Amino acid sequence: MADEVILLDFWPSPFGMRVRVALAEKGIEYEYKEENLSDKSPLLLKMNPVKKQIPVLIHNGKPVCESLIIVRYIDEVWKHKSPLLPSDAYQRAHAMFWADYVDKKIYSLARQVWLSSGEEHEAGKNELMGCFKLLEGELGDKTYFGDDTFGIVDVALIPFYSWFYMFEQCGNMSIEAECPKLVAWGKRCMEKESVSKSLPDQHKVYDLLMDLKKKFLAK
Amino acid sequence: MTYGSNNIPPIELFIILVTPHPDQFIRFWCFSLTVAMSDELVLLSMWPSPFGLRVQIALAEKRVEYEYKEEDLFNKSSLLLTVNPVHKKVPVLIHNGKAICESLAIVEYIDEVWNDRSPLLPSDPCRRAEARFWADFVDKKAASKKVWRSKGEDQEEAKRELIEIFKVLEGELGDKPYFGGDNFGLVDIALVPFYSRFYTLDKFGNFSIEAECPVLVAWAKRCMKRESVFKSLPDSEKVYDFVLQVNKWFGIH
Repeated sequence: MADEVILLDFWPSPFGMRVRVALAEKGIEYEYKEENLSDKSPLLLKMNPVKKQIPVLIHNGKPVCESLIIVRYIDEVWKHKSPLLPSDAYQRAHAMFWADYVDKKIYSLARQVWLSSGEEHEAGKNELMGCFKLLEGELGDKTYFGDDTFGIVDVALIPFYSWFYMFEQCGNMSIEAECPKLVAWGKRCMEKESVSKSLPDQHKVYDLLMDLKKKFLAK
Repeated sequence: MTYGSNNIPPIELFIILVTPHPDQFIRFWCFSLTVAMSDELVLLSMWPSPFGLRVQIALAEKRVEYEYKEEDLFNKSSLLLTVNPVHKKVPVLIHNGKAICESLAIVEYIDEVWNDRSPLLPSDPCRRAEARFWADFVDKKAASKKVWRSKGEDQEEAKRELIEIFKVLEGELGDKPYFGGDNFGLVDIALVPFYSRFYTLDKFGNFSIEAECPVLVAWAKRCMKRESVFKSLPDSEKVYDFVLQVNKWFGIH
């Protein structure tokens, strides 16, 4: 019986992008369903009743929620190609530490740079650059965070590359000037089809985020 | 001394003693002296930390010996700052010189290395994803200190939020003995350390978690019958005194 794989997603979501990239890396065919976050579908509410959030992967009718958990699930089920985690237990824990770091830090700071102003905005911007520099240190001279192989840390972080134009416009800064190695890594990842086909255009993301910002501030 | 499946195999010494005697039985004494290369396992933690307790429980479930090093919240050791330079937090497990940080990552690591006993995660990927989802839920939602750090309407809201979270967890537990079903697992390990804070929450919040969430408290008491849990969790009143001290230190109340 063929696998039925459905992804409930929202196109500019970095969390959704992680799952798209992982599915593409594994060559898995799936049905993509765009969610309207201001009018969530009954399917989404049924499949993720606790958090009511995207992304949700529905595999043969069973939901899997939380982007990094979905990526690990994909890696465990479709283990025939492109492993996203190392096989060694210590290396795996190390990879999960950094994926978790990206998870805990980057989105909330990104939101701060995107939506806030004044001191809060400056603080967010500085802290975000601090995180990027730390990540550059962890990357070092490696091709990817997973060393020679594109792995879970790369998957966790690369979606934010599509938000770089927004960071630069809202933050009035050049990420390339401050973190050249990170941007070089981003460009290297974008040469992979699994990434370039999963990430939206940076300008398109910027336009939407600015639209959403107007609505958010109007409230 | 203990060793796990990932380590250098034991060196076995065979001493065979033969007592030759033509008319009698030939006795063979075979002594096997197994010398195992011992794992060096060090846990940096703080006794009231629910995150550190998760690791202690996991190690106890696996019956693994380790050295425990108590960290001072207000005076972190240079070792801690070296092995966890990013977050500078406990717990950190140092296994043969390699540091593993973040409690749930440590618990999964322990489960993978000592995979010959007491599995903490299911083997099926779908159930593993479910377990990770709920452990992550506990991580994000159950650790709030707002009930004992706020007053008035803020405190009432914090209490309401916490009870709501506990009720969601009760719903997930259902009629099962543990979150892992029949097996004590990752979600149980993620949540049970917070039971040591229930007395504190009751005192500060002037309510009874047991009255509000009897199924959850029954589950916690069930877990407390496990040696790994009751030997690891600190005394509830000791935790309360500690919270009072920390509040004083930070000038809260």
